[in-house]
Amino acid sequence: MLRALLSDDLPRSRWLAIVLVAIVVGLAVAPFLFPGAKSLNVAAKICVFIVLAASFDLLLGYTGIVSFAHTMFFGIGAYGVAIALTRMGAGWDAVAVGVVAGLVVAIVLATLIGLFSLRVRTIFFAMITLAVASAFLILASQLSDITGGEDGLNYRLPAVLRPSFRPFEGFNGRLLDYYLVYGVSLGLVLVLLRIVNSPFGSVLMAIRENPFRAEAIGYRTVVYRTLASCIAAAAAALAGALLALWSSQTNPDTTLSFDIMVDILLMVVIGGMGTTYGAAIGAVLLVLAQNYLQGLVGDRWLLWLGVAFILCVYFFPAGIVGRLRQKVYTKDVDN
Amino acid sequence: MKTMKRDWLPLLLIPVLAVVALPLVGSPASWVTLTVAGLAMGLMIFVMASGLTLTFGLMDVLNFGHGAFIAVGAFVAASVMLALGSWMQADSLWLNLAAFLPAVLAAMAVSGALGLVFERVIVQPVYGQHLKQILVTTGGLIVAEQLLKLVWGPEQITLTRPTALRGAFLLGDIAIEKYRLLAVVIGLLVFAALALTLNRTRVGLLIRAGVENGEMVEALGYRIRRLFVGVFVAGSALAGLGGAMWGLYQETVTAAIGAQVIVLVFIVIIIGGLGSVGGCFVGALLVGLTANYVGFLAPKMALGSNILLMAIILLWRPQGLFPVAKR
Amino acid sequence: MPEPLLSLRGVRTDIGRYHILHGVDFDVAEGGLTMLLGRNGAGKTTTLRTIMGMWRAAAGEILFAGRDITRLATPDIARLGIAYVPESMAIFADLTVQENLILAARSGPPDARRLDWIFARFEALKRFWQLPAGHLSGGQKQMLAVARAIVEPRRLLLIDEPTKGLAPAIIANMIAAFRELKDGEATLLVVEQNFAFARQLGDSVAVMDDGKVAHTGAMADFAGDPALQQHLLGLGMGEHQ
Repeated sequence: MLRALLSDDLPRSRWLAIVLVAIVVGLAVAPFLFPGAKSLNVAAKICVFIVLAASFDLLLGYTGIVSFAHTMFFGIGAYGVAIALTRMGAGWDAVAVGVVAGLVVAIVLATLIGLFSLRVRTIFFAMITLAVASAFLILASQLSDITGGEDGLNYRLPAVLRPSFRPFEGFNGRLLDYYLVYGVSLGLVLVLLRIVNSPFGSVLMAIRENPFRAEAIGYRTVVYRTLASCIAAAAAALAGALLALWSSQTNPDTTLSFDIMVDILLMVVIGGMGTTYGAAIGAVLLVLAQNYLQGLVGDRWLLWLGVAFILCVYFFPAGIVGRLRQKVYTKDVDN
Repeated sequence: MKTMKRDWLPLLLIPVLAVVALPLVGSPASWVTLTVAGLAMGLMIFVMASGLTLTFGLMDVLNFGHGAFIAVGAFVAASVMLALGSWMQADSLWLNLAAFLPAVLAAMAVSGALGLVFERVIVQPVYGQHLKQILVTTGGLIVAEQLLKLVWGPEQITLTRPTALRGAFLLGDIAIEKYRLLAVVIGLLVFAALALTLNRTRVGLLIRAGVENGEMVEALGYRIRRLFVGVFVAGSALAGLGGAMWGLYQETVTAAIGAQVIVLVFIVIIIGGLGSVGGCFVGALLVGLTANYVGFLAPKMALGSNILLMAIILLWRPQGLFPVAKR
Repeated sequence: MPEPLLSLRGVRTDIGRYHILHGVDFDVAEGGLTMLLGRNGAGKTTTLRTIMGMWRAAAGEILFAGRDITRLATPDIARLGIAYVPESMAIFADLTVQENLILAARSGPPDARRLDWIFARFEALKRFWQLPAGHLSGGQKQMLAVARAIVEPRRLLLIDEPTKGLAPAIIANMIAAFRELKDGEATLLVVEQNFAFARQLGDSVAVMDDGKVAHTGAMADFAGDPALQQHLLGLGMGEHQ
């Protein structure tokens, strides 16, 4: 049953399993374990970023594509919901419209970028995505009528998600909102697991290892890469929609800035490329560091993470997940 | 560079663009101001981009951390200029230059040194592995930016232009900013120096040949690895120079200064053709002019118009304006 | 017996996961021209590239003038006096003919007498002296590639298929040039598919088959043995292919 749920992608390591269970359970009971508005906010953010990082890992870790435009899709999803809620009022119809609109725009853009740029070399593609993302960021800041410019949009959430909604004692809309975010995030991660462990996922990894060989065998790499881009973009857009539903305010800094791009890069590489679980661990690590390490080591946590990032690229491509799994193998060898 | 002698067409794009912009801008006076601004900006970007394109052409390495050299150059120059503040604000051109020159030279020295560290520590282990290169150099950028914040603090630094370089020359209705003129002069000097080195020296010969076929250059008995380090360091020093000039141009210096301009640098080297200094020159001027003309006509479209420019040029010549005959 | 100039012993070369050379053994004596023959895919080009250090030999050793060069880097091998003319010619298209030769002349400006010799043999190079080499025809590029290898004295010339795709008139030009070269101070090791060209110029022959050297000896003997030629090269009666 567990195998089916995780699409046969078991942790394969006692330590990794423990960490993952801790994360899933921890996030599930977070509102009760760590009461308070800030901790709940951090927990929700972790859920959202787990999905965002996992979607980026699909591109980077499994398909071998570096795209600096990934946060753009995150922003599109968030702004889709934000704009809909601002214009259509605080109802579920607005949410539906916003989510669908965000998905459509994200997928169309991903397809365009993919078809235009994936025929070129890795380096070209990376540079072009950087340029496109920059342009998009500027656009979002400047089309103030639609996007609210630099300050972004403030809007009201549907009634049941507001703190004022109290169906019974000890439970309010905010909590419902949190579990909505938690549930959808969990679902999306499981879907991503299913995708990367399917035949489609195997083809992606084959293309990552040796695109010429894959093409020679008969897989049209452009098609597969574009599909992977679309799926990743869709997942990122959904993560953005979740953030918009949680935050009741959406602005360029929280959804489109390059700091976020840097963050998810760090999450995926340090967590472990090509493992999906790595993205989850990386997300937890980074969001916690961002919010709680400030006092301890000042602003230097990013410096150390940057160094860790470089070391991971050289020596530990499988990141934390790789190290955790290795612990098991060496133990077994000794026995 | 020799390709320019055969293939003049892309060069014509520059005057064509300028001429097309004239009726759109309307007033000839504004047009001249914008054109000078465009050339100045273009040449500053050229200075920053030339090292990057040569490095890629020669050794197939694209340093996504190139912005770090730009930022370091800006900060070092700012510190020196602030230290020599009295000379900067003095009313004499010579004193101003006496402050400006050391600042710029210091910027180049420190950026060059950073470039050496980058090449040895970060880039060298991942020759030939493009994905890892992108990741590792981005990591280097992150670390460098954090170090910058550590050393210089997170606040932005305000720079005022030296007295003699403030303001503009007035020719009738036309205002030409003095600083922009200096930028043009410096940019052209750098271009001339690069052109001379590439075309008239043995090292330049090696670089041009190496960009085409490094293996054959080795088979002729040259240790091309050493050459590469030199080119990388020179490129980072030039980036530092560009950063110093850019910082003074913007009059504020922040750790993000590299990131702001790196997108334009990438667009320029893609337009020019990776590996071609001549292409980089033409591309940079086109980008600078476009940014200023469109910035005047429709400010929101400035970056977008340059991306459009890149797309159009790639449709015409998919390898850039002056593609280098590759191995 | 004087020591051979070049000596390969048990050289194995792998490219990725493919084993190309399975233990190559042969010697090249000083002076004269040795032809390296064999069918397509026999490993001739790989052998030259391994000698030149572009592929690292997985096993075995390569000795040049008594010195072990198996682990040396390509530039260092070239500096010992070995010149290489690849199958693709690898002339620098954006550089002029003159610049190509300047680059090849490591110690300084090309010697005037050598240039005269080159111009006499390869007249087109003089005519197109300042033209970017990319504008030359195939045959002229080949001339330039050879000229680069001889613009300074070298002890050993490794040349890969110099007549590939060339018109008969130009091949005749090549033959004349090579004849004079081998009578000079250089030793030549030439890979060829064109047997008619090979038998005219070769003093010795080494024939490769499937990653190993199957036969070595004097060219005269090999040329007079049609059955052997048929067996090793798949040729009929020693005629041109």
